[in-house]
Formats: sequence, C-alpha cells, structure tokens
Amino acid sequence: MSILNSKIPEGPLAEKWNRHKSAIKVVSPANKRKLEIIVVGTGLGGASAAASLAELGYKVKTFCYQDSPRRAHSIAAQGGINAAKNYQNDNDSVFRLFYDTIKGGDYRAREANVYRLAEVSPNIIDQCVAQGVPFGREYGGLLDNRSFGGVLVSRTFYARGQTGQQLLIGAYQALNRQIAKGNVEMYSRHEMLDLVKIDGKARGIIARDLVSGEIKRFGAHAVVVATGGYGNVFFLSTNAMGSNGSAAWQCYKKGALMANPCFVQIHPTCIPVHGDQQSKLTLMSESLRNDGRVWVPKKKEDAEKLQRGEMHPNDIPDEDRDFYLERRYPSYGNLVPRDVASRAAKERCDAGYGVNGEGKAVFLDFKYSIERLGKDVIAARYGNLFQMYEKITDVDPYKAPMMIYPAIHYTMGGTWVDYNLMTTVPGLYSIGEANFSDHGANRLGASALMQGLADGYFILPYTIGDYLADEIMTPKIDVKAPEFAETEKAVTDRIEKLYNIKGSKPVDYFHKRLGQVMWDHVGMARNAEGLKEAIKMIQEIREEFWKDVRIPGELDNLNPELEKAGRVADFFDIGELLARDALDRNESCGGHFREESATDEGEAKRNDEKFTYVSCWEYKGEGVEPVLHKEDLVFENVKLTQRSYK
Amino acid sequence: MADKILKELKIKVWRQKNAKSKGKFETYVINDISTGSSFLEMMDILNNDLIEKGIDPIAFDHDCREGICGTCSLHINGRPHGPDTEVTTCQLHMRKFKDGETIIVEPWRARAFPVIKDLVVDRTALDKILQAGGFVSVNTGGVPDANAIPVARDDAEEAMDAAACIGCGACVAACKNSSAMLFVSAKVSHLAKLPQGQVEAAARAMNMVSKMDELGFGGCTNTGACEVECPKSISITNIARLNREYLKARISR
Repeated sequence: MSILNSKIPEGPLAEKWNRHKSAIKVVSPANKRKLEIIVVGTGLGGASAAASLAELGYKVKTFCYQDSPRRAHSIAAQGGINAAKNYQNDNDSVFRLFYDTIKGGDYRAREANVYRLAEVSPNIIDQCVAQGVPFGREYGGLLDNRSFGGVLVSRTFYARGQTGQQLLIGAYQALNRQIAKGNVEMYSRHEMLDLVKIDGKARGIIARDLVSGEIKRFGAHAVVVATGGYGNVFFLSTNAMGSNGSAAWQCYKKGALMANPCFVQIHPTCIPVHGDQQSKLTLMSESLRNDGRVWVPKKKEDAEKLQRGEMHPNDIPDEDRDFYLERRYPSYGNLVPRDVASRAAKERCDAGYGVNGEGKAVFLDFKYSIERLGKDVIAARYGNLFQMYEKITDVDPYKAPMMIYPAIHYTMGGTWVDYNLMTTVPGLYSIGEANFSDHGANRLGASALMQGLADGYFILPYTIGDYLADEIMTPKIDVKAPEFAETEKAVTDRIEKLYNIKGSKPVDYFHKRLGQVMWDHVGMARNAEGLKEAIKMIQEIREEFWKDVRIPGELDNLNPELEKAGRVADFFDIGELLARDALDRNESCGGHFREESATDEGEAKRNDEKFTYVSCWEYKGEGVEPVLHKEDLVFENVKLTQRSYK
Repeated sequence: MADKILKELKIKVWRQKNAKSKGKFETYVINDISTGSSFLEMMDILNNDLIEKGIDPIAFDHDCREGICGTCSLHINGRPHGPDTEVTTCQLHMRKFKDGETIIVEPWRARAFPVIKDLVVDRTALDKILQAGGFVSVNTGGVPDANAIPVARDDAEEAMDAAACIGCGACVAACKNSSAMLFVSAKVSHLAKLPQGQVEAAARAMNMVSKMDELGFGGCTNTGACEVECPKSISITNIARLNREYLKARISR
C-alpha cells in the first residue's frame, strides 16, 4: 500500500466535512488540560490555531523567530480575504468559490479540501468581525466587497490595503488573551531547528533562543508547523527577509513528505528590481488591477525611448498603447489570474517592449479610472499603496503610471498533509502556506488569508482531537529522553560545522547566486535542459558555500548571520528539490510553465492523462536521490477543462 | 527621479555587544550607494563589507521591508525612522541623504526597551500591554453573522485609522518621557470605536494604562512628538479618547 492515505471522507462533496466531524474523536475538557501542543509560527495559521487550541483547553507553546508574534509575514498581505457570503447578491455560493479555487489552481488540488475551505470561509468573516477587525463598510453600515483576479463575483472583504495586518492583529489579540490567561506560553525570538520524534511520533522540537544562543528542548503531544512558504529560495521575493523553509525542511528530513515543491506563485504586480543593491521586492496589491490598466507601447521605438529615459509615458497617445491583457483576454481583461498576468508581462518584455531601464517592467495606469471616478475615490481605495509606491520609486502614481513586474510571492507547494492536515509523521501537522493542500498549481488572490485562518480557527482544532484522543494516557513528554539528546546534538553539530568553516564570503553572496539560478532556470518559464543545468549549478554553489562561507560573531549571542546561514543552507536543498520536481512535471499548469508544453498561442497546456497527481517527495538521506510518490487526484464534481480566461 | 550614486558616506553607529555591556559609537565609511537603495540595503552592504574585513556586522531589527511589520526601529540623525515623514526605516531611501554626509544611527532609547545588541532593542513590553486587555473576549466559533451588527462607516474608518498602528515603538522613542500613550490609545480607540469592542472598553482602558505604568513607560505631557514621528500617522486625538475612556472607567468604578 502507498504510504499516502489522504483520508478523504466518503460521501457527497457537500457532506464530507460534516460527516467527518461527526465521525472523528473528541477529547474531554479534563484530558485537554493534560495535553500539550507546540505551534511553530505565529502568522494567520499559527496564531489562530494557537489561540483556538488554547481556548479549547489544550496547553500550547508557541514559537516565532520575530521579536513579537504580530510581525509574522501574513501582516504584509494587502488586498483582502475571500469568503462565500454572497452579500452582494451576485450569485456567489460555496460551490462557486470551490469551483473558482479548483479551476484557478489548474485542477491540481484536492476537491474535498478545497470544498471544505469554501464551506468554512463565511465563519472566518464572522469571527474576524467579532474580534474587532475593521473591514471596509458601505454607508448603510454593512460590509463592502471588492473583486479579485480569476473570478466573476465580488467576494473579497478588505481593510483598506492592510487586510493581512488587520486579520493578523485579530488573531494576535486572541493569542494575547490566551497568553494572559496562562494557556499559551509564547517564545518569541526562538527558531525551530529540528523536530524530535519518539517511536515514530512527533514529540517535540529543538529551538535556538536567538538572543542567548541557547539550544533548548521542548516536548509536546503534537507539533503544528505553521511556518509559511519557501519563496526566499529565489533570494528576491515579496517575502519578509526572515521568511524561510527550514522548519518544514527539517520535518521533511524526519519523514514528512514534501508535495508539489515546484508550484510557486509569481505575482504580476511588484515594483521592478532597481539594480544590484536590492534586498527584497515590494508587492503592489492585486486589487490595483480593479482600477488600473496594464499596458506597454505598441511601437518598439517608443519602448526603446522609454528604456533610455528619453520619453515620458504620458506622451504616448492611447492609440499607441497596447493593453495586452484586455487584447488577449477580453472577458477577464486586467483581472486574469496571477500566473496568466505574469507570463503575459514576461512575454511582452522578452519581445522588447519593457518600459524601464532594464526593459523589465510594464505600466499599470490609473489615468483612466481617475478620469472616470475622480482622484478622491482612487485615493480612498489605494491611498496607502500609492504612498508606498512613491516612497520607494519617487514617482507619483496619480500623475504617471506605475511600473510593475512579476516577482516570487507565494508557494503553493509544501508539506504533504491528509484531510486532517496531518503529515506523514504521526502527530505532526502542517497548516497555512506551509502545507500544499488547497491551491493546486496557482493560488487565487485573497485566498491565502482565507486558508491560513480556515486551517487555524476551524479545521485543525477539530481534526487534531482525533489524534490526541488516543494520546490521553501518554504522560507529559520527557525532554530528557535520548531522542531529544540525539536531536539536540545533531543541531549543535550542524551549527558548529557552519560556524567553523570560517571562509571568506558572507551568506548573502551565496544566497544571491542561488537566487539568480532559480530565477533564470526555475522561474517563470522552465525547460528540461535548464532544470538539469540548475540542479548542477545549485550543487556547485552549495559545495562552495559549505567550504567558504564566513559567519562572524559568537554562537552564544544574537547572531543574525548565523541564523541566515542555517536558512540558506536549507534553501540549497529546497531549491534542488524544487528543480527536480519541475523536471518531473513535464506539463504546464498554473504557476508551473514548461516550455515543452504550451498551446500554439503560448498558453499553458496541461497534460491531465499523465500528471493529474500530487508529487510527494520522500527524503532518503543526504546525497541520495529522493523518492517520488504520487497521490492521484480524483475529480468527481468538476470537469477538467483547459483553463480559459478569454 | 533617476538614481544617482552617493560616492561616500560616513555611518556613525551605536555598537553594544549585549544588554550588560556598555556601548559606544563607531564610524564606518561606505562607498557607491545608489540613491534608489533603501536605508537598510545600505546597511546590508555595509555589513557585508564588515564581514569581509573580519569585523562583527551591526545587528539591527528588520523583516518585511515594506513598512508594515513594525520590526525595524532605527533612530537616524535624531529621528525615529529617519529624515522622512510617514515611513518606517525600511521604506526610507538613500535619496534623502547627501554625498559625503555623516549619518548617525542609534537604537530606540527608552527605559522600557533595553538594548539587546547594537541597534536591536527588546520591545516585549508593548506585547505585555496588549496582553493586559487589547482584545475582545470572544472565543472561536459561536459568533453572530458578520452583518448582524451594522457599524457606521465613519466609525469603521476611524477604528481602522487607529488600528493601522504597527507597534514599532517610534512614538516611545520620540517622546522625551518615553511614554507609550500613543500606542495604548491607538488600541483603545480601535476597539472602542466598534460595537464589538465597546463591551469591555472601560476595563480595557484601565488595565492597559496600569500595565503601561508598571512596565516603566513615562507619562504623557502632550508634546505631540509621537504623532510627528509615527510612520502610520496615528493621531494624538486618540490620546484624548483614551483619557476620556480612562476617566469614564474611573468614575464608574
């Protein structure tokens, strides 16, 4: 039998979750008090899970590498959160949200998980409003909605351009309440460095206190990883500087399968790279595509003049502008999904129509909506984003079009989980961006927030009980057990190994080179030859890194370079697996575009016959090729069609 | 608009090994910085230079680098978040500086924010204030429909204005008394403006203010420095609202 058992409940799609909830076990309040749960990460998934589990009566320990749980990178999400409320009376429904998500994900996600996500989505909005999240409202006092890419209804709730911030503050407040009550022990500035398994089950973690450098042991009856995605493998991304894949990667090395690592989202509207001193890319919310029109010049000579700085975009008359998204996709226009918009921008820039000095930017122009709606309306909708753009670029987007270009933003791939969100390691759960489960090969805008909170508030608190009900006789986990000692030693050895290299180059030097290889060969367009080349280059840079990296400072003190080194060491391995997975998947779907698999018009071409599966990679040891397992995806409720947004 | 190169800058920066040791200023020279680079990108380049020279790099807090997480916390040329308005340090760009300039970089200075290393300070006191009451006491599940209680649009907007606080602590660093009143008032206002938060408004104001006092933050003398330096333009009218809520709570006790 396959080691993969997705545990998808029997029965009609719309009844699966209810049936499952009735069938799974529940832990009594008296026993919950005796059970401990570790939650790693305090973004939307982690904070909401930690708070909800503590409210239920479990004893929770929560960890984040930041100085406060409120800083987790969910905070940077701008545009909104989807929910099937149908407040707009535009014929939205749970099924429509489910269908849009499955289609948007290019038919590479599990039906049952996605349906459940859509089903609990309305509860999220209710919960957040009750917590005091100040969503945008109409004059009548009811909640407002906006539209997002890839859908034909308005179901996105928002708090100006700071929706992620406000939702995270809601979850953080709930978490704070449990910290004050003593139900959650909060460990900020602590980084999980390994998972501890006893008799095959997840029983704790080893973490480094980032201030004192002390390596500490923490035991629990179950461990939840909510540590986000691995987008920083590309060096430049919209992720926070500290965002990393290391916790999930240690779980992989301890037996948790990694699913669909090649499914990476490239967001179409980021501020373009400005030169070689750049450290990170800034996203401009997708919501801007509601009112901005994307264009490049029709005439190549105009583009070349723009590239040389000899022409101002406002001098190009409308008839010489190529609104290429409206031209190619008349029914969705500027609101096509992210993967489609990103590739279309790359296509124009590769053809020589890019509009900045590097030829790697397109315009997002608000002139037309300002003419139609007035500057005040646009300012009310996007004021903070316009201000952010001007601070970074020194260009006023009320007067001149924004310049945008695609950038790495989100990872749909992640730790494989079953319907209960449990990984292949018993007692180890993965939620939010860290798991693979809901977005297939491409995530729709405003769905990450929905998934993080669905997992944390409404799914994990139920499903974890099914496992813990069998653990009520397990005493408090003893961190003096030999398994803790062994794992701690492995962690210490690795830190010392890195520290003692004492080479000549800082961590960033290697990280930038890795990122360049990833972007060039494993980025927006991939082919077999390039991927093989990438794997070779990653191995070479990794070898150099382990010989020549220099980590200054001390081990028993705050040492950001040491933290970075550990994360980048893992990024090499993650990058290699990502390329390997991309090589195996010789089809184009969602954010994964294989040049060998395209339609005559250059659109992504899926190969359902061969690739309707989840790629699940099993670690087999250092330097050994991982083994691929396949979870076949079965579609009983939607018909697989070639995605069209024309 | 076009980026220029700053040929030489002198960075005079606070170095302190850990919480126990005494700190001092060191000056480093850095060359060829693009005016299009952010201040923290300049710091990255300086740090990589220092590493290659065998000098311990400068520790500073930063994460999202897009002005929303509230992690970055530098005091630059005498101002929290440096010489620009409505920005965090990570959004401050080098076009705000002149070639040849000496830039002075210090950590937040406040009794409640002890230095951990170099420019990194401990701001967990802010978390503790929020733990004292900065929430609505509802559990997950069992809440009414989101549209069951209409909220006047202006109230929702004012709540959002206050909720925009990123918890960076610039208000504390800007205040000569190291008061956290702007921070506390932003949370009290955010929740008091919404019907969901009004139930506990009085207790919340009392508990958060007494926690603030307990943690060693100073009192507010209405200088308005906090409002000027707040990267999210949180208004001091929130402090007036906090005082009203606090007074109401005291009277009704």
